[in-house]
Amino acid sequence: MVKVTVDGIVVDVPNGSSALQACEAAGKEIPRFCFHERLSVAGNCRMCLVQVVRAPKPVASCGFPVAEGMEILTDTEIVRKARRAVMEFLLINHPLDCPICDQGGECDLQDQAFGYGADHSRYQEAKRAVKDKYLGPLVKTVMTRCIQCTRCIRFATEIAGVPELGAVSRGETMEVTNYVEKALTSELSGNLIDICPVGALTSKPYAFTARPWELKRTDSIDVSDAVGANISLHVRGSAVLRAVPRVNDAVNEEWLADKGRFSVDGLKHRRLDRPWVRVHGKLQAVSWQDAFVAIGRRLDGVPGDRIGAIAGDLCDAESLLALKDLMTALGSPNVDCRQDGAEYDMSHRAYYTFGTTIAGIEDADALLIVGAIPRQEAPVLNARIRKRFLSAGRGGFPIGLIGAPTADPTYKAEVLGEGPDVMAALRDGTHPFAETLKAAKKPMIIVGHGALTRPDARAILASTWALAVEAGAIAAGWNGFNILHRAASRVAGLDLGLVPGKGGRSAAGMMSGGVDVLWLLGADEFHTAQIGPQTFVIYQGHHGDAAAARADVILPGATYAEKSGTYVNTEGRVQRSFRAVMPPGDAREDWRILRAFSEVVGHTLPYDTVEVLRERLATVNPVFRVIGGLDAVDVSALPGPAGGGAVSPAPFRPVFDDYYQTDPICRASPTMGECSRIYVHPRTVAAE
Amino acid sequence: MGTLDRTIRSFLLAELVAGLGATLRAFFKPKVTINYPFEKGPLSPRFRGEHALRRYPNGEERCIACKLCEATCPAEAITIESEPRDDGSRRTTRYDIDMTKCIYCGLCEEACPVDAIVEGPNYEFATETREELMYNKDKLLANGDRWESVLARRLELDAPYR
Repeated sequence: MVKVTVDGIVVDVPNGSSALQACEAAGKEIPRFCFHERLSVAGNCRMCLVQVVRAPKPVASCGFPVAEGMEILTDTEIVRKARRAVMEFLLINHPLDCPICDQGGECDLQDQAFGYGADHSRYQEAKRAVKDKYLGPLVKTVMTRCIQCTRCIRFATEIAGVPELGAVSRGETMEVTNYVEKALTSELSGNLIDICPVGALTSKPYAFTARPWELKRTDSIDVSDAVGANISLHVRGSAVLRAVPRVNDAVNEEWLADKGRFSVDGLKHRRLDRPWVRVHGKLQAVSWQDAFVAIGRRLDGVPGDRIGAIAGDLCDAESLLALKDLMTALGSPNVDCRQDGAEYDMSHRAYYTFGTTIAGIEDADALLIVGAIPRQEAPVLNARIRKRFLSAGRGGFPIGLIGAPTADPTYKAEVLGEGPDVMAALRDGTHPFAETLKAAKKPMIIVGHGALTRPDARAILASTWALAVEAGAIAAGWNGFNILHRAASRVAGLDLGLVPGKGGRSAAGMMSGGVDVLWLLGADEFHTAQIGPQTFVIYQGHHGDAAAARADVILPGATYAEKSGTYVNTEGRVQRSFRAVMPPGDAREDWRILRAFSEVVGHTLPYDTVEVLRERLATVNPVFRVIGGLDAVDVSALPGPAGGGAVSPAPFRPVFDDYYQTDPICRASPTMGECSRIYVHPRTVAAE
Repeated sequence: MGTLDRTIRSFLLAELVAGLGATLRAFFKPKVTINYPFEKGPLSPRFRGEHALRRYPNGEERCIACKLCEATCPAEAITIESEPRDDGSRRTTRYDIDMTKCIYCGLCEEACPVDAIVEGPNYEFATETREELMYNKDKLLANGDRWESVLARRLELDAPYR
């Protein structure tokens, strides 16, 4: 620790801290543009100038290391004058178009010009103009506004791992550009909008729609993947206009994947806003009462084991539990939250969660990825892997990949093979990467759903655990065994036991004629042709997707933005979201629909308020008592998941082909459709 | 003395004569009233009457949907919605003023960076129904077109004091 005096306040800061960090520790605000906590230091905006006693001139505090006994002054006439002068230089070429700029009202340059700039302009000459660049369907550019802080370049290079942005020329003619006119190939490109301190990079879908002072902010959780990124939904009236990340160092730092950020426009398209019942082959709009009566009449006389329920990927824990309780009340063991047919061992939570934790990735020193493409399945988690890869230095964090080679994972990864046969070679030590894993002190293994949705999933799971034990990834104080989920509701479903009970049928069994009445709670990720023609299908969900078209009764539910829900991310972290808007039309919160229906069939569920339901959640599984936190679990003595069956040598397949079209909300979103057209099917774009 | 004086004045109708004298003096002075609907009093260039949305001389609407007027309006009478126009420029799709809420304070005009929303000299916009006082963008632009010459002159006169 180093003792530093800032404006007479003595603070202790770690060795190697910058003067800016010391000033922050002393509670002094230092204006800055190019400096960002999570990016490398560039020191080119010069806004953070402070005075250091005995230094001949003001120093840029972001890149100036502290030394013992250093005295920093942040509020002297020299500093104020230096800031005014720097601000004047920055504003020379910055256009005065704040009224038409989308950053207006939340702009660092606006705020700091107000706080630290001069009160008038002395500049009479012509301003520079720069041609706008094309960065794809998500990021809009107005490059004349750029102040060359290079945050975007550093973000793309360091965090996103796509070195597609750079600067050309120098001095006044310097331009930030992507060299060739091509959309940014990153699943994290939306973060450029947050990171840009001015209005040079703004959101294309949100362009000109609202001002920050008009928006109501509600804390929520991103459900587009299983990372559970903390987001804030910005609402005006009854419309969710945008989603921006909240800082949570344990989960998403301050990043958010593009799907979570830009799929919010899907919340108002193709919505189910009233109940429907199929009469003589055609869906007819009916009242809630009639819909319930129609289901009740169909259920009459159907034995419990001929009724089944499948829960989808976007459900909150409350509705999952209500569904399970309803099925139990109806005497049905057929309930499943695994519509993709994945297999888990649920005897211990460590067998189906991301045990290392997302923040824990930064402690690991070797990584093996089995049947997962983190860049697509969990872009924010992938950024954490890249962060570790960079911080470890050359060769410090070897990464092995088992699975079909896909697009650049954004870090150097050695493809060990395409199928599970490599696992055997790793276990008996014949593969060179086995040595790397053994040599590592804290190795981690990530198993994805490319492996878990295969028929031999259990055998792969058992052998991966065995490999983890042999490699030292399962030890006291270190859990290197990780399941990377891709569905936001999956871990909650497993925690609450939404899997077939004794004699119950799995999702596939239910669809292929195992049940007469099938209740789909937002389950859409399968071909509806799999459902037998005689099955009576009840679809409870928010979007009119494929399963709703097949349904005999449609019950309109609420999306994640329209209810306060509990979600469990891939780490097993329980997080809660809040209601940002009301559901459209007659749509209701899902657990309330199930509760209301239970009364119609005479098995009233014992909860009338969400508080009572949450108390029941905690009774069913005590993990739901802790919101946001995560307890460390000692896994060193666990026997490992149960195996069984032979491993097939077939290569691992990616869990989805199109990152932008994975759930009903994104499929309803025009922005996501545009992204899919440009990024996933570029040939059709070129043909036009 | 007092009683006698009062009695004589009373009998001579002195107060009535003084009153008629005032009337007679006023009779020969110039008139101060005007024949209102046909004649109108002078207005300050700063008079804050009915709103109008102005256009540039080339016909392009001035308003750029910055929403500062909406933000500054103390009566929350202004409602704006915006989106990119086909040519990519920032424009309103909706610009409504509830004239029954408006308190004619002129802050919208002061906030406007492009002199688009102005309060003109027109004060004769009484209507028969409330609904007619919910002004939309078309009505405001039509006002601007009708009053443009007066509005421009007005801004020009007031410019030295801004």
